[in-house]
Amino acid sequence: MDVELRGLTKRFGPVVANDNVNLMIRGGEVLGLLGENGAGKSTMMNMLSGLYTPDAGEILIDGKPVRFEGPGDGIAAGIGMVHQHFMLVPVFTVAENVVLGVEPTGRLGYLDLKKARAQVEAINEKYGLHVPADALIENLPVGIQQRVEILKVLFREADVLILDEPTAVLTPQEVEEFFGIVKGLKEAGKAIVFITHKLHEILAISDRISVLRQGRITGEGDPATLDEEKLAEMMVGRHVSFTVKKTPAQPGSEMLRLDRVTLLDDGDDRLLDNVTFTVHSGEIVGIAGVQGNGQTELVEVITGLARQNAGKISFAGDDISTLSVRERHRRGMAHIPEDRHRMGMVDKFTIAENMVLNSYYDEAYAAPFGSVNWNRVHETAAAFCVDFDVRTPSVFLAGGALSGGNQQKMVVARELERQTRLVVASQPTRGVDVGSIEYIHERLVRSRDEGDGVLIVSSELDEIMGLSDRILVMFEGRIVAEFDNTGGKADRNQVGLAMAGATGTETVGGTAA
Amino acid sequence: MTAVTTNPAAETLEGSSARRARITGGILIALALLVVFVLDVGAGSVATFKLTTARDAVQVGDLVVPGQFNYIAAAIIAFLGARQFLRGGGKWTSLSIGLGLALAVMAFLVWATADKSFNLTGMLQATMVRAIPIALGGLAGVLSERVAVVNIAIEGMLLAGAFTGALLGSVLGSWLGIVGAVAIGGLFGLMLAALVVTYRMDQIIAGVVINLLVLGLTSYVTSQVLAKPEFRHLNNAEVFRSWKIPLLGDIPVIGPMLFNQNIFVYGALILVAVATYYLFHTKGGLRARAVGEHPRAADTLGVDVYRTRYLHVTLAGMVAGFGGAWFTLGSVGRFDENMTNGRGFIGLAAMIFGRWHPVGALMAALIFGFADSLQQKLALLNTPIPSEFLAMAPYLATIVVVAGLIGKARPPAADGQPYVKE
Repeated sequence: MDVELRGLTKRFGPVVANDNVNLMIRGGEVLGLLGENGAGKSTMMNMLSGLYTPDAGEILIDGKPVRFEGPGDGIAAGIGMVHQHFMLVPVFTVAENVVLGVEPTGRLGYLDLKKARAQVEAINEKYGLHVPADALIENLPVGIQQRVEILKVLFREADVLILDEPTAVLTPQEVEEFFGIVKGLKEAGKAIVFITHKLHEILAISDRISVLRQGRITGEGDPATLDEEKLAEMMVGRHVSFTVKKTPAQPGSEMLRLDRVTLLDDGDDRLLDNVTFTVHSGEIVGIAGVQGNGQTELVEVITGLARQNAGKISFAGDDISTLSVRERHRRGMAHIPEDRHRMGMVDKFTIAENMVLNSYYDEAYAAPFGSVNWNRVHETAAAFCVDFDVRTPSVFLAGGALSGGNQQKMVVARELERQTRLVVASQPTRGVDVGSIEYIHERLVRSRDEGDGVLIVSSELDEIMGLSDRILVMFEGRIVAEFDNTGGKADRNQVGLAMAGATGTETVGGTAA
Repeated sequence: MTAVTTNPAAETLEGSSARRARITGGILIALALLVVFVLDVGAGSVATFKLTTARDAVQVGDLVVPGQFNYIAAAIIAFLGARQFLRGGGKWTSLSIGLGLALAVMAFLVWATADKSFNLTGMLQATMVRAIPIALGGLAGVLSERVAVVNIAIEGMLLAGAFTGALLGSVLGSWLGIVGAVAIGGLFGLMLAALVVTYRMDQIIAGVVINLLVLGLTSYVTSQVLAKPEFRHLNNAEVFRSWKIPLLGDIPVIGPMLFNQNIFVYGALILVAVATYYLFHTKGGLRARAVGEHPRAADTLGVDVYRTRYLHVTLAGMVAGFGGAWFTLGSVGRFDENMTNGRGFIGLAAMIFGRWHPVGALMAALIFGFADSLQQKLALLNTPIPSEFLAMAPYLATIVVVAGLIGKARPPAADGQPYVKE
């Protein structure tokens, strides 16, 4: 089945999310769609699945124009979406999730789960997916959950599969396996649209590549004639460097020490299990790992948002195990949280207010009768914006009105514009444009060079590999491996294996204690 | 550089389940002490429980329990408590406290009945009757919370059902009274759905508003109209009598409880069975549960989230309306102001206790009904405990249950959250 987009346009208020997009999707072919966050990839795919209706242009299936009115229409026409955020009911089994909406039934609306299971097994068999039909989703690793999503669209007899950032949650080895599945689907005649912002992946799997920038197709080509550099230029619109410039680390005194830190959840499972490591001043330590292996909890315990059940945390030689969040902060710990909307900023506050969320109580802002000296706040915020390249017409604008990259730079500015000794940065560049990523990375390296200890937690392995002087890998709440990454010498493959829980990779690279 | 420690010697940590085990252990030991010292019957006396009355077709001898029973019960409770301290946790925690409480209740009955006789079968029959409005309220809660709509308005729906049942039952006959009660309950369900699904009003506030509205309306009409002598015939409906199922109703003890009851008891049991089949074995039930757990996922698969919520909240209202009719048509035949008296809220507690499962809600309702009827019967036995204190027992039980002391229940993941289409 071939799908053609002709002059597709979609506006949200004054914002043109898709501007006259032309695209050809062919059966038996993998089309790589490359674009930054906010380039309009998701809008385009939502129009293809029927979630949005285009303002102009048309969609043609095998040459015939079609019109989608609702979310069910895309799949009915044979176009299936695998969303970036899984659309699975965690307490249902695989079979229940797959058949939901098109259930095989008997008399009296009886749900024929036996038949459902058999149908799931048949698809499993045909495409080599190996998904246990009776397992509960919540007990499956994310890699398998993703296959359940693929099962869902195959069950609905989709001929076009749109995969939205499918590798974001996978380890490098799982990505290899996943590519195997994609190739199998392609050979079975399915059309695949592979959406990503990762350059090496798109080169590895695509038969054709289209690049989207600011809602327009800005480049098209054959992967054989393209390389990462050319693609990056098409994606960002200027020359960019993805390698972080930094000199070898000069580790100094010990800044942070975790000593057998353990954290339990309500059911006594160990979210953190005897975590022990150190961060020295003047070095960047990166925590690699697939999301959900305890990284969030680790940051919460270090910053004081959660209290460990056992173990000790020291900061610059002092035991801070029981200190409050503010006290840790006062001693020079900066925290760039993983989800800025939930923890890093107040969307409806102005930029100025957001800039002083961690310091409004300072002497510097004190005014008579316990009120805040707002003039001082506004001056400071304006200075921070200049310093950290936060692009805004005014500090009186709501923080939520900024672009993702500027929001994140605002959070980074607030955390770093003071005397710091330790920077804890969690997913520091999630949902941020390439320009801002470069800038934030540069600032983190600068903090290191000024003698701070820097701890970076990221699920983007490239980010960890590029920034860290030392890499620790977390798996199921434990630190399972450590790599020396001086001069980028850690082996990406080895790190990937450790992320998947492979043992026997401890202290690779000659940094044995 | 740091060495990586992966597996040091295992140390013991007190997690939350260990803490819970310790607390339940303490409660059980205290309970055992209470049974030994307060509920001391003395070895000489016996408690006589009557299982059949002279009128029954099948006669069974009385159950005579000697006073030593309480010492044995206390010993078992103490053992369970000690076990919690030593190696508690896991499912044993809930099981132990359930068993311990059951034994304590038995010991209490033996103590209260010492040297007297007590009609056990009668009390079980009353337990069932009193459990019905709570069970139906709980079932209404299950139906709406399974599609993620928190339904505080059950109390108001019960009250509206009770009022309509009495009024229509007096004018058009009891059967049409039930039909009217179900219809009015459904109407308020529809109203709640409109407020929270279409207008995305806060679900708790919408529920409270409906409760206050129904309370105000029914109280006004009752005091201004129905209380007047010339309108008294409007509040005097014929009550549904018990209908004994042949043979089954003659089984000793459980016969009268299950098979010699009125239409509301049979109706509630059938509704619980149907709801269980529907929710867990049909395609509609699968979709409803998906809407309650992950509405966005259901939406992307073509399940209409709004329609599903409207439908189930309306159905919940109809169930609650039927439960409301019990207060008038199944019990006294006339409506009094605020006569539901919080049963709807207890129904919600039963829903939580029953872990959002129809059968669980029914079982929980039976426990509440038991406490309620126990209090009534004990007033007759002349125990030294004031009956006001006993009247509080169901509510105390509710606090214990809702506070999650008996294990942790997991509500539908999207419970209480409005769904906004993209």
